[in-house]
Amino acid sequence: MDVLMLSRLQFAFATFIHFIFVPLTLGLSVIVAVMETKFVRTGDPTYKRMAKFWGRLFLINFALGIVTGITLEFQFGTNWSRYSAFVGDIFGSLLAIEATAAFFLESTFIGVWVFGWERLSPKLHATAIWLVAIASNLSALWIILANGFMQHPVGYVIQNGRAELANFIDVITNGYAWNAFLHTVTGAWALGGFFVVGVSAWHLLRHQNVDFFTKSFRIGAGFALVFSLVVAVVGHRQGNIVAEVQPAKLAAMESHWDTQKNAPMYLFAMPDAKNEGNSIEIGRIPSILSLMAFNDPSAEVKGLKDFAQEDRPPVGITFSAFRLMVGLGTAMLVLAILAFIARHKPAESSPKLLQAFVWAIPLPYLAEQAGWAVAEVGRQPWIVYGIMRTRDAVSPLATSQVAISLAAFFVVYILLASLDIFLLARFARKDPA
Amino acid sequence: MDLGTIWFILWGVLWAVYFVLDGFDLGLGTIRPFFAKTEDEKRTIYNAMGPFWDGNEVWLITAGGVTFAAFPKTYAVMFSSLYTPLMLLLFALILRGVTFEFRSKVDSAGWRKLWDACNFLGSFLPALLLGVAFANIFKGIPIDQDGILHGNLLTLLNPYGLAGGILFVLLFAHHGALWLAIKSTGDIHDRAMALAGRLWPIMAGVIVLFLLMSYGMTQLFSNYLAHPFLFILLLVPVAGLLLTLKYRKENRALASWAASAFLIGGTALFGVAGIFPALLPSSLNPAYSLTIENSSSTPLTLAIMLGVALVFVPVVIIYQVWTLRTFRHPVTKADLEYEEAY
Repeated sequence: MDVLMLSRLQFAFATFIHFIFVPLTLGLSVIVAVMETKFVRTGDPTYKRMAKFWGRLFLINFALGIVTGITLEFQFGTNWSRYSAFVGDIFGSLLAIEATAAFFLESTFIGVWVFGWERLSPKLHATAIWLVAIASNLSALWIILANGFMQHPVGYVIQNGRAELANFIDVITNGYAWNAFLHTVTGAWALGGFFVVGVSAWHLLRHQNVDFFTKSFRIGAGFALVFSLVVAVVGHRQGNIVAEVQPAKLAAMESHWDTQKNAPMYLFAMPDAKNEGNSIEIGRIPSILSLMAFNDPSAEVKGLKDFAQEDRPPVGITFSAFRLMVGLGTAMLVLAILAFIARHKPAESSPKLLQAFVWAIPLPYLAEQAGWAVAEVGRQPWIVYGIMRTRDAVSPLATSQVAISLAAFFVVYILLASLDIFLLARFARKDPA
Repeated sequence: MDLGTIWFILWGVLWAVYFVLDGFDLGLGTIRPFFAKTEDEKRTIYNAMGPFWDGNEVWLITAGGVTFAAFPKTYAVMFSSLYTPLMLLLFALILRGVTFEFRSKVDSAGWRKLWDACNFLGSFLPALLLGVAFANIFKGIPIDQDGILHGNLLTLLNPYGLAGGILFVLLFAHHGALWLAIKSTGDIHDRAMALAGRLWPIMAGVIVLFLLMSYGMTQLFSNYLAHPFLFILLLVPVAGLLLTLKYRKENRALASWAASAFLIGGTALFGVAGIFPALLPSSLNPAYSLTIENSSSTPLTLAIMLGVALVFVPVVIIYQVWTLRTFRHPVTKADLEYEEAY
């Protein structure tokens, strides 16, 4: 393998591990803030215990989110120096704003919140967790605005051998990025809801602390249902935007080869990139791809064959990741409805249903990972869509340097992530009293 | 003053602030194995950094982000040419970052030992590596016109680089000991002050040695000799060095720590002023150096970023100072029994 492939693997691996921890941070911070606000409003000590119990899980998860995030910012420079020099004028400023306007707030007030239970007034203490929640989600906005420039570059001119900023407002109002941001955070909030529902269901199955976990379940079920719905609606809109600005990605998501009007979708298909087609196609639904992509059943959808070979993303991964995401999203919606129906007396639900909620915890995680695979693998072969190819972006490094660092990433991240998940599971099972 | 120069100064100040703030917790992590005998002493040290270390580390992210935003080409070459030391730094910081959360979560002596070791490595190595890296930057690193490093990790471990590494470790250890003195009472406080006292003469000796080596082995003083008023900058670390001694002898830990902050910040700025207008001087050929001129972003980006910095950095400073004040009290027995404590 060469430096390019090793660097891509390293970035992909580091991002996937990072993104195991990010969505729970985004979702659970808001849920804990809601719980603590209820405590401040009602004075009911159960809500304080809830904020502490779920807050502890939040912190265990947060630790890995932070440390794995730091390496990502630096990897643009270490492994993608040509990219960094090319887009730094625009991309760099978005990362710098993220640090100054959001990350400082998040990291400072998380310390205040942890150590401040007895030193701050309840109101001020609840404000600290709200600041953490708002700042985490603002962090996501700036990062996705930066990612949005890679997906759908706007507000730039190519000048002096690099992409230079032409209009900052265009960059920060990038429609692709805003929709992707909403899709990401609503997915994360749904994930937070499923996490709370699943852990609560585990305790309710064992008839432990029924009042505590019923109250938790209710809040989690609300988040799970509302945001499973919103993430689907926003996701549909994301599909429309991709159809418009990244037609090759859309074609790969559906393994759609021939440009046609009334484009169909197949319930099951098996992409065959070599022969430029699908080796298996079952369950043809006519016009549905045109309808989903352009909200018009007769719209023309460009097929992969109309893109030069070298401009096509890897079809197999993009296609299967997209199917996986949509399938999981649908399952989440069904489970969220069931949880919402059971929310008042979840302890009286059938043990099978409660067990299903426990098993459902990993589903939104998988959906989020698959979603990012669609976004990033589907963006290939470009690092900045239509402007710079990934292969032109890599640093002039020795293969051995990257091979060693990739191996180190692999070992350290797998170890730490496993330990963190072990601790999460252990503390999730603890008695909150 | 043009935007490029303003950002050069801000760039230097950001790194200086990072060294001052993370310096005390990296230093505390470095001295802990030699200082703390009992579990309570160890925990006092962890909790002395508790509410701060995460916010401190963001200054590193910001310094990196600002290098990216204001001087993209410097960012690209600095981080790719220093690939191996930077990866070591990142892994060290990762291991250190998780120790705070992990250490107290499993009640087993072996488990705590493991994270104690990670915390030490994760504190000592960054201090050393940052010193080695910045000393090499002050001296110039062997990069060619394509920004490719001619050499390897061992090239950076030259005498001047090593002196820089040792200097940073000592500056941070001294700074950390004083922070511990602020955050403790009784025996720990007295021993922390005494440790700072033992470190001071060694640190002062290395500072003098480093200045002499800078004079003999680098071009750092050429800016100073060309513009003698710059020597005023040297007064900051020198005053910091002397005042930290004076205040410590008066048993004023906070004042002594503040003076040490000026010593660290001033030392960083001394080097940054010496390499101006380069951010990454090349030791092969001055024409290959990355400078304000050949590596900065467009004036539009620099102006927008300046606006962002002028609004947000003062706000950050206000709430971080508020946090330092809110939690500046010494760590007591009650603090160690606090259920969220490390």
